[in-house]
Amino acid sequence: MIKAIVVFNNHGKPRLIKFFQHYNEDMQQQIVRETFHLVSKRDENVCNFLEGGSLIGGSDYKIIYRHYATLYFVFCVDSSESELGILDLIQVFVETLDKAFENVCELDLIFHVDKVHYILQELVMGGMVLETNMTEIVTRIEEQSKLEKSEAGLAGAPARVVSAAKNLDLPKLPSNIQLPNLPSFR
Amino acid sequence: MPTVAKGDAMRGLAVFISDIRNCKSKEAEQKRINKELANIRSKFKGDKTLDGYSKKKYVCKLLFIFLLGHDIDFGHMEAVNLLSSNKYTEKQIGYLFISVLVNTESELIRLIIQAIKNDLFTRNPVHICLALQCIANIGSKEMAEALAPEIPKLIVSGETLDAVKQSACLCLLRLFRTSPETVPSGEWTQRVGHLLNDQHLGVVTSATSLIHTLAQKTPEDFRQCVQLAISRLSRIVTSSYTDLQDYTYYFVPAPWLSVKLLRLLQVYPPPEDPAMRGRLNECLETILNKAQEPPKSKKVQHSNAKNAVLFEAINLIIHHDTEPTLLVRACNQLGQFLQHRETNLRYLALESMCLLASSEFSHEAVKKHMDTVITALKTERDVSVRQRAVDLLYGMCDKSNAEEIVAEMLSYLETADYSIREEMVLKVAILAEKYPVDYTWYVDTILNLIRIAGDYVSDEVWYRVIQIVINRDDVQGYAAKVVFEALQAPACHENMVKVGGYILGEFGNLIAGDQRSSPMVQFQLLHSKYHLCSAPTRGLLLSTYIKFINLFPEIKGQLQDVLRNNNNLQNADAELQQRAIEYLQLSTVASQDVLATVLEEMPPFPERESSILAKLKKKKPNVSDIEVKEGKKSSNPPTLNNSAANTPEATPASAPVPVMAAAPAPAPVQSASDDLLGLSAGPAAAVPVTNNFAAPAAPAGGGGLLVDVFDTPPAQNNVSTALAPQAEDNFFNMAGETAPSGDASATELDGRFAIKNNGVLFENELLQIGVKAEYKGNLGRLGLFYGNKTSYPFQFFTPTVSCPGELASALNVQTKPLDVNTVEGGAQVQQIINVECIADFLDAPILSIKFSYSGSMQQINLMLPVMLNKFFEPVEMDATTFFNRWKQLNSPGQEEQKIFKATYPINQDNSRTKLLGFGFGLLDGVDPNPDNFVGAGIIKAQSSQVGCLLRLEPNMQAQMYRLTLRTSSNSVTTRLADLLLKLF
Repeated sequence: MIKAIVVFNNHGKPRLIKFFQHYNEDMQQQIVRETFHLVSKRDENVCNFLEGGSLIGGSDYKIIYRHYATLYFVFCVDSSESELGILDLIQVFVETLDKAFENVCELDLIFHVDKVHYILQELVMGGMVLETNMTEIVTRIEEQSKLEKSEAGLAGAPARVVSAAKNLDLPKLPSNIQLPNLPSFR
Repeated sequence: MPTVAKGDAMRGLAVFISDIRNCKSKEAEQKRINKELANIRSKFKGDKTLDGYSKKKYVCKLLFIFLLGHDIDFGHMEAVNLLSSNKYTEKQIGYLFISVLVNTESELIRLIIQAIKNDLFTRNPVHICLALQCIANIGSKEMAEALAPEIPKLIVSGETLDAVKQSACLCLLRLFRTSPETVPSGEWTQRVGHLLNDQHLGVVTSATSLIHTLAQKTPEDFRQCVQLAISRLSRIVTSSYTDLQDYTYYFVPAPWLSVKLLRLLQVYPPPEDPAMRGRLNECLETILNKAQEPPKSKKVQHSNAKNAVLFEAINLIIHHDTEPTLLVRACNQLGQFLQHRETNLRYLALESMCLLASSEFSHEAVKKHMDTVITALKTERDVSVRQRAVDLLYGMCDKSNAEEIVAEMLSYLETADYSIREEMVLKVAILAEKYPVDYTWYVDTILNLIRIAGDYVSDEVWYRVIQIVINRDDVQGYAAKVVFEALQAPACHENMVKVGGYILGEFGNLIAGDQRSSPMVQFQLLHSKYHLCSAPTRGLLLSTYIKFINLFPEIKGQLQDVLRNNNNLQNADAELQQRAIEYLQLSTVASQDVLATVLEEMPPFPERESSILAKLKKKKPNVSDIEVKEGKKSSNPPTLNNSAANTPEATPASAPVPVMAAAPAPAPVQSASDDLLGLSAGPAAAVPVTNNFAAPAAPAGGGGLLVDVFDTPPAQNNVSTALAPQAEDNFFNMAGETAPSGDASATELDGRFAIKNNGVLFENELLQIGVKAEYKGNLGRLGLFYGNKTSYPFQFFTPTVSCPGELASALNVQTKPLDVNTVEGGAQVQQIINVECIADFLDAPILSIKFSYSGSMQQINLMLPVMLNKFFEPVEMDATTFFNRWKQLNSPGQEEQKIFKATYPINQDNSRTKLLGFGFGLLDGVDPNPDNFVGAGIIKAQSSQVGCLLRLEPNMQAQMYRLTLRTSSNSVTTRLADLLLKLF
């Protein structure tokens, strides 16, 4: 079973926290920090598995992670999961994000917390792998977007107009943010 | 932003995030967040007509704030309200908020459950999926109670969409994990198995996860799934990568599903049906074959997916442990991976090989890779991989390669990472002890260990070397010589000083003949370290000095000078001060004879399980599994210690020491420190043969588990730490672990069970054992009731009763084997044991129970409450007859008299009940003093009948008893006296 999924950047700033076992907020943050500490000091090209930190349950749990540009994707799993399987699952997650956001970068995760959660929900549920077929996941996400759109089209129209109008006099939309290799931000 | 997803970006959110990003300090960030929280709060409170977009925006802001590590203490009610919206967007955001921010104890949980219920019963699959996801995310007990009964319907209904089925399976799985009892059993369990045949591979994957967990609890209910899983697996494995289209991941057909199916099969033993078995083996062979084919893609994802399946197949092969060819192929495959350029594969290969090493079929094959593993240990860049290499070397070690492996591990230890040093030290110590080349090698190895990694050598390790040296006459001289040499190093670790001090104190005389290590030289060498050491070590050295006074009277003067030194006599440390004063006094007052008796050489330590092994097990709970497997394997190759199962005595000193006999080992030096003052007053009575503080320090809890033992605070008494290896007084707690000496907790039970026949014999968090017994004459029948307290089954549940040592000839025990070998969760099974008393006996038979609980082997050793007095029948007689017989039984040995302090308050009625319960017939009016008890009874053994007479005189003032027993058999007298003593 997957106990937790955490994404943080090279500086340890969390970008996604999802626990499948209940911990209070403070504990969650501590676990993220501990995990960052464990993972960030490792060289590139070493193996992607290590024993869990003491907060998350020690050597009964494994940390399986991948490092993409500025982000670490970390899954904490128990012994019932296949290490390589989880490693591939991380890849599926990232590829799906990439399809949904087109060249996903750290910023997408920040500005679309909700969407990232929805994608993850299609992939993992209650700590177990739900769906691994990327086409299927993307279809489901697109269906959701369509639903959102249709609802927004009916009731959300005024709000959208207002927000669009507000947007007009603001040149600094996220488009001026450089995408792939933003080193850090607070 | 270019994409659809980015098109509807929320401006307010973007601004807020940018603001936070621009904050120069933590305070500024906090301020900005507080401002935003206030804003959102007012929006939620004031404007009831927030549109979906705004709600979504605010919830996203809250999620972001939460991500930054701030508490969100409002908005929950708004989120709950969103759940009942019939707009998808609003519902979705409501569920998201709740999944991330609501904890299981929230008071809103009832409202949430109601909203979920409404969504579950709609016909809208999208809403049902949202509800299922939310349940699976929170998965609280209340949710399980309210909703678990609804989920199975969704799974087996023909109308449910695939996507919903998929979610429903995992949702039920989560609820089952939370509280298994809420998930109803029923006809659906049959039908869920057939989901393994479903068209939709996503459904099959979820269903396999669900079945896997359910089958772990009740394997019998899902046995039909084995066949389904095998045929499904076979279809996947033999398909080409184009067949499964979207479920093919980088040219590997359905890798996740294959892994899950292979896991599911690991719940069961190999299938019995030859056709099924053949088909499964075919699959496994195909998977192994595919590993040899050239890769279809250079991408790492391809090899990952392929190898994920391969490793799981190897795990299944190891689990079955029945197909030698497959096992050896698996081993060769792993051997290839050991040299693979992918670090991940090397890591996993080392890990899996560790499991293989414990199979008797492949142990030899694994050993062939020793050189590669050693190279890995030396050259791997990654500490996690090196750690696995250490584990594997430990796993593959046996008599044939121990010397080399230990040497390699020792040399690696010098440069090893700090994080794994302590564990390595334990492993080296265990291997050296388990597979000793000879004892000099063992001593060398441990001393090297202390020299190289002294800081990481825990107390258990150096206690152990001392125990072994003391028990082996042939190594004592050598040990004294090498510690003497080791101590000559300019800087030597304090642990070395401790070992040196102890060993020279005991056996320094063996090397004193050589001028280079004359008594004076030894003393000066030790004393040169004295000032650098901590107080406990100094205490130990002071004890060494008093031993020297006994061993080498010629340097008494110098030694007394040290004791007399003001630094010691007036030391701020009370312990040191006391020792100095008492030892000095002892050396002045006592005659040489008394000294020699008090400071006699330590008696051999009783044989028992190595304390370091227990320590390693505690550190790494999974190690015990390996040990258990090793035990299984060891029945074949004679190189391994046969008793390795759970009590690997594994001690080099294999001289069989009768454990019980040795248990009350006199430890004169040890107790001397308690009684020294008394000693100097009356030397004659001084030699305390039974040592006072060896009385068990209340074994922690159940006592049945190894690890508990070390939960007892080490050394309740400083003296013991320093004077003698403290492990020794741990021994008395440990006694329970070595089968022959019986369980520590069982010894406690003796008291109660001597006088009653029914009760709870043992209880821990898993298992309860009740006993009901009846006795007639020399026969007895015990009913044992094993109750499973968990909700998971115990598998391979095997209780066995053994009569160690001479008990075998004194007691005839017949055990009826259990009809079943699985104890279901919450169930109780009964076992009948018949006993027949042949002759009188002291020890109780040992009941040892082994079972597998959720995959790990458990073992419990207990004493059965069968004591000599169970075969006791009361006898009535009048005063004249009693005194006649009493007078006849007057030859030496027939009478046993004990005067002892009352353990329990003295109470006439209680004593009466106890004696009657014990089996005596009480004879009133025989003794002129009405407070005294007089009783008579007969021990009915098959070979003989022994009449017993008793007189018990309580003394209320002194809270003492005098117990007098007369019987016609010497041994019966002592044994009954022992049993009775514990009752009062």
